[in-house]
Amino acid sequence: MRKTILCAALALLAATPLMAADKVKVGLLTTLSGAGAGLGVDIRDGFLLGLKHSGGKLGGVPIELVTADDQQNPEVAKQTAERLLKRDKVDLMTGIVFSNVMLAVGPTVFDAKVPYISANAGPSQYAGEQCNPYFFNVAWQNDNLHEAVGKTVLEKGFKKLVVLAPNYPAGKDAITGFKRFYKGPNAVIADEIYTKLGQLDYAAELAQARAAKPDAMYIFLPGGMGISFIKQFVGAGLSKDITLFGPGFSADEDVIRAVGDPMLGMFNSSHWAHDMDNTANRKFVADFKAEYGRLPSLYASQGYDAARLMDGAVKDVKGKVEDKAALLKALKAARFDSVRGDFRFNNNQYPIQDYYLRVITKNTANQVTNRTLYKIFSQHADAYAASCKMK
Amino acid sequence: MDWILVTEQLLNGLQFGLMLFLLAAGLTLVFGIMDMINLAHGSLYMVGAYLAAAVLAAGGGFVAAVVAAMLGTALLGMLLEWSLLRRLYQRDHLSQVLATFALILILNEGVRMVWGEQPLMLNTPAALSGPVELLPGLLYPSYRLLIIGVGLAVALGLWLGVTRTRIGMWVRAGASNRPMAMALGVDTRRLFTLVFGLGAALCALAGSLLGPLLAVQVGMGESILILAFVVIVIGGIGSIRGALVGSLLVGLVDTASRTLLPMLLRQLATPEVASNVGPALASMLIYLLMAAVLFWKPQGLFPARSG
Repeated sequence: MRKTILCAALALLAATPLMAADKVKVGLLTTLSGAGAGLGVDIRDGFLLGLKHSGGKLGGVPIELVTADDQQNPEVAKQTAERLLKRDKVDLMTGIVFSNVMLAVGPTVFDAKVPYISANAGPSQYAGEQCNPYFFNVAWQNDNLHEAVGKTVLEKGFKKLVVLAPNYPAGKDAITGFKRFYKGPNAVIADEIYTKLGQLDYAAELAQARAAKPDAMYIFLPGGMGISFIKQFVGAGLSKDITLFGPGFSADEDVIRAVGDPMLGMFNSSHWAHDMDNTANRKFVADFKAEYGRLPSLYASQGYDAARLMDGAVKDVKGKVEDKAALLKALKAARFDSVRGDFRFNNNQYPIQDYYLRVITKNTANQVTNRTLYKIFSQHADAYAASCKMK
Repeated sequence: MDWILVTEQLLNGLQFGLMLFLLAAGLTLVFGIMDMINLAHGSLYMVGAYLAAAVLAAGGGFVAAVVAAMLGTALLGMLLEWSLLRRLYQRDHLSQVLATFALILILNEGVRMVWGEQPLMLNTPAALSGPVELLPGLLYPSYRLLIIGVGLAVALGLWLGVTRTRIGMWVRAGASNRPMAMALGVDTRRLFTLVFGLGAALCALAGSLLGPLLAVQVGMGESILILAFVVIVIGGIGSIRGALVGSLLVGLVDTASRTLLPMLLRQLATPEVASNVGPALASMLIYLLMAAVLFWKPQGLFPARSG
């Protein structure tokens, strides 16, 4: 008798994968503690809002969300990812903020053949030769925002620059991207400063920048690093002579909320802005404000889009997430309304999209926030896609 | 190399060192008197910064914010000592490390529950938000000058307090030989609660003064705590003088290595190599300094305890 029940149970277990899934399991692994927690929380909140907009389901299938904290630590992230893949058996993964964490987790996820939808980290490695059919990026390739600023700084006629970035993969990508478009006889990079990741006091770097006497400065400093830097930049009086440029996330709502007035006048580039005028974005921004009581940041918009992309893809495969080939194809087709307007994947599964210039000003309600000025790039792709062998 | 840059960096090193001193002073006394390793010291620094931000956001002035942060954090510190840490004195260092590490996690989570995950806004008072011209061509942020002033005043006050007052005498006695001090009738328990409260207040002073320069965020105490430990190891455990000298040394070396090293490397190697090696070497230099000090003076520069 016992044997029969066991056999029946085993048969049932074995039969499960053949039926359409009764639920989709999603692993949301992101930074929820430590210095980078604000970024992970915005991705998570955006993602949760995306789920809410599809009725707590993905493509009509109920979802089970497993949330985990990577502590911004590649080692912890790798172990947690293994737990999500082996014990929780997730069907899809998303959430990682930092490129060094993504590079540590990637191989584990790809080996398990689980599609990963990056809501932020876009390392150049996975865009080029190490591109992978299981890696999708719904944000941007690490260089893109910096390329857009490089082009702008050159066009605005700034001739002498100091650039500053943390010494880690995305920092190097950033400066590479910036220099790809800021070059020519009228472009001089007077100083290139690399700092420790997570550094908060920039007195030494600011003194160095002052000594170089540039007319503009470009910074790539995510999260608290950017908050600290901008406060000190203004306190040192450098904002009077030096125009400050940064990528969108160094000048987004999360940073503005912590810095306030000293941020006025900073130029930055983004593929998304809360004032972009399209139906999906208006709904997203209004609902985010209502739900969480703050303006969404670019991270939140990316988390939201990751959920919408998953929803579209699961709908396309009619809930059969076990059919990996079909699921990958559906993800790549990206049939969803992005809050940033036009969006499609390149052959390396990184976005081809528009990039805009924004400036931080006071709005009509006297709040400090971003205003979109104009489009820098139309349908811009990254520089690594050519070396990716995927078609 | 121009003298403006060098002077500015010296001031930066001094300012950073003095802030480290505020953290290291409390840490070294706690470690010195009670032989207690308190990893949660940095969390008190974070609590101080958050309290200051909260008071400022509620409409209090900057001075009120700093004072409130110091009082609030001192209270919290004494409460922690009385309710929890007291029970750990007789245990070995491993238990202390485990318990106070747990305290870090609890305090981080507590701050997150009260104020949320997003960094808070805490800005310099308007009057101090620009630079001043110290000498022709030498501009320096006025707020950092204020920090230097406060840091020097506190260092002087602590030195007077420890060397010239009766409580200071007890503290010195407790740090250099605890059993003997107790035998002579010093109530080390009460003394220690007091020292802990003072240490917490100094943490809060550092946190609320640095808050306007740095991001006020959960976990902000951890990175600076490591440096505070380096300082007390270099300076010698239990010694205020050691903490001051160690702080200034670490502050100056850290600041100088971050700017001078890459410059130097650029003279010697290609920019590519310099930008790769420079920052890595700079972040190692403090630990090399610590290793060098320990090699020649295993007890630190000014050990309080001779035995």
